[in-house]
Amino acid sequence: MIWIDTILQGILLGGLYALFALGLSLVFGIMRLVNLAHGDLIVFAAYLILVLVTLLGLGPFLAAAIAAPIMFALGFALQRLVLNRVLGTDILPPLLVTFGLSVLLQNALQEGFSADSRRIPAGWLETASVPLGPISLGVMPLMTFASAILVTLALQWLFYRTSLGRAFRATSDDPVTASLMGVKPASVFAKATGIAMIVVTIAALYLGTRANFDPTTGPARLIYAFEAVIIGGLGSLWGTLAGGIIIGVAQTVGAQINPEWQILAGHIAFLVVLLIRPRGLFPRAFD
Amino acid sequence: MALLETKGLTAFYGDFQALFGVDVSLSEGETVAVIGANGAGKTTLMRSISGVIAQAPGMVRFEGREIGATAADDIMAAGIAMVPEGRKLFPSLSVEENLLMGCHRRKVNGPWTLQSVYELFPILKERRDRPGTALSGGQQQMVSIGRALMSNPRVLLCDEISLGLAPVVIKDIYAAFPQIRATGASIVVVEQDIGQAMKVADRVYCMMEGRVTLSGAPADLSREEIHDAYFGTAA
Amino acid sequence: MAAGKYTVVTRTAASQAAALAALALLVIAVALPAFASRSLIQDMFFILTMLTLAQFWNLLAGYGGLVSVGQQAFVGLGAYMLFGGAILWGVNPVAGLLLSGVFALLLAIPMAFFAFRLQGAYFAIGTWVVAEVVRLSVAQWKAVGGGTGTSLPRDARDAMWGVEWIEMIFDTRASAARDILAYWLALALAVATIGGIYLFLRTKRGLALAALRDNVEAARSVGVDSARMKWLVFLVAAFGTGIAGGLIFMQNGRISPDSAFSIIDWTAFVIFIVVIGGIGTIEGPIVGVLVFFALQTLLADFGAWYLMVLGGVGIAVMLFSPGGLWGLVSGRTGIELFPIRRRLNRRD
Repeated sequence: MIWIDTILQGILLGGLYALFALGLSLVFGIMRLVNLAHGDLIVFAAYLILVLVTLLGLGPFLAAAIAAPIMFALGFALQRLVLNRVLGTDILPPLLVTFGLSVLLQNALQEGFSADSRRIPAGWLETASVPLGPISLGVMPLMTFASAILVTLALQWLFYRTSLGRAFRATSDDPVTASLMGVKPASVFAKATGIAMIVVTIAALYLGTRANFDPTTGPARLIYAFEAVIIGGLGSLWGTLAGGIIIGVAQTVGAQINPEWQILAGHIAFLVVLLIRPRGLFPRAFD
Repeated sequence: MALLETKGLTAFYGDFQALFGVDVSLSEGETVAVIGANGAGKTTLMRSISGVIAQAPGMVRFEGREIGATAADDIMAAGIAMVPEGRKLFPSLSVEENLLMGCHRRKVNGPWTLQSVYELFPILKERRDRPGTALSGGQQQMVSIGRALMSNPRVLLCDEISLGLAPVVIKDIYAAFPQIRATGASIVVVEQDIGQAMKVADRVYCMMEGRVTLSGAPADLSREEIHDAYFGTAA
Repeated sequence: MAAGKYTVVTRTAASQAAALAALALLVIAVALPAFASRSLIQDMFFILTMLTLAQFWNLLAGYGGLVSVGQQAFVGLGAYMLFGGAILWGVNPVAGLLLSGVFALLLAIPMAFFAFRLQGAYFAIGTWVVAEVVRLSVAQWKAVGGGTGTSLPRDARDAMWGVEWIEMIFDTRASAARDILAYWLALALAVATIGGIYLFLRTKRGLALAALRDNVEAARSVGVDSARMKWLVFLVAAFGTGIAGGLIFMQNGRISPDSAFSIIDWTAFVIFIVVIGGIGTIEGPIVGVLVFFALQTLLADFGAWYLMVLGGVGIAVMLFSPGGLWGLVSGRTGIELFPIRRRLNRRD
């Protein structure tokens, strides 16, 4: 029974990791850009929500709804002004620029909010749980998981059912030919990063309400996110969700065996998948 | 006044000069062929007009407006659609999605719709849900032409559409040209296949080593003249 | 064309002047402990070890195209093996440096095996994950203090080769003598690293590596085996980085998983040094480490601002001058202190 509980908790935790990863997956799928500041952007969004909650006295969900368009605009501007300039065949410039951004963000947050750990208050939701036979599941983890599925569905719809999604895929295939169709790759990329930042805001909402965070929380979330993306297969949204769940289950199972092994177990699961399926579980047919 | 014209057009790939002062023009409703051997600069000319290669201003005019320095996507929106060399379908898009990309930005009412493109190339309707790149070469070329037509362009640039296709397939594709012309589109075809070019074109430009070496109506040009302009010195 | 009319040269006037200057500098550097203060020696130790790390990262990323953000794995494991060797087996710390290098090399083999399955940016993350795994595993190693870390035992510190001799010659206390020893070792390591990389880049293989960096397709078409070159570069960099790690913590005297496997200290700073100085050149990391040290000294009192400035400068360099500061200098003046290109000169 304890193991069923452990695995269920792991699946729900995987929902959080999938939320961390989906924005990354989206951006990578479209422009082959790996954003090393992704984790710090999640933490940044968490502070933004925290500020809205404490200053304006809003509930965390309303605060996240206000933070989302702000994050979209920031992501759009970041892509337009900085990242578009370093995209290209050489992977070094985007890596180093986003790495610089990561260090910059972490320390700016530390300067602005101190190194103390914080939490976004979510009232009664923090402790609410639903009994399921002998097991009880937290309401927050359940909402996180449901959000991860909803975000995956929404992105899937955006990608395959809208004209913007079509432009995303076309630009990802061949930016030059896409521009012959009237697509402006620079602006498509900016929109994609903006949308990724909305996903980041949703991830930040759950990161911040479920556990403490501080300015240095980002890099570890980035690693989980990357592991989920790579396990799932680059660019596959459902694969990313599955990858998140695998990391989550590995961590809770590891923690059940020995609390010190939680993080290590997640990493080892990642390395094992990499060993067996180097291209991930659901690789794209072409790349 | 010409609908589209280049004046003294030059183009470079880094330090390598590919075009040396090329003057070509296209009138409303006209079909013009640009012929020449490999490396003559035909594709560079197409890429310069469509904005894939950025130009200094003053070298390309469309509807009387300067477009030399305009970005490719804005040139497309103004009404110059391109069927690129190598067809260049989007591999992650289905046939129908590829066609819809043609009118992603420029949405102009006109003779060309998804339905009329399917009437022009019925096989595409059957394969509409297949990935574009799963089709045969000839069918991919039909998608590429259909995609360009979807924007109801004023000028259709066709770059090497017969390259790598079997003669019978080339004939099939060129069989669609009368219908495209009938809608009033002005067309530039770039061809290595001189015979095919002569058949569809009102006027022909022959290029060699980045320069126009001969131009005129097909009927006025002798085989010898074309041979010289195509291969250089008379053999 | 008569073959005898041309000669192949690598030397430049600047490189010959640089070689002489370097020799003079080296003599001064070796003699430095005779007249420098202890804090200067410690600063020089810091500069030299960071320079060594930067040269190896530059070899990886700048020449090998392997953007690793997991170099802290080698620093940390190297350091821990030196401590482990001293604590468990009584290995003299100076000899323990060899353990540092060898174990880093041993770690590099499985690490490369995993990470080379990943392309480009994902390679970077792969190395990072492995570094995390090593950090978390070492934190479980109770004999060297587990998660809280440990100090180098007194008898191991006292037994370090050469310390007594240094104490005698310079007439100082043991702690200062240990700093001098560490400084000399760091100097030897940095010189060997720069010299070794320079000589390697001038060999046929080294030139192949530079060719690979400039154009993978072209290099492959002339027969450069890119997979083998990558393995070679990765293993060499791991060995050197491990020794540097052992040395840094031998001088420090205390170790913990968080400090030994710090991604900020041993990878982020190193990347900024290389990027700001100029990636893909031997001169770049040298310039970079000096700028880095100057920034650190100037902004030491400003805490987080210092890192923000560093991040901002790194971004600005990448956006506006991807060749770094040395790229600016070299681009304007054509100066190369470590020429690797062979030029054809006409003999008249």
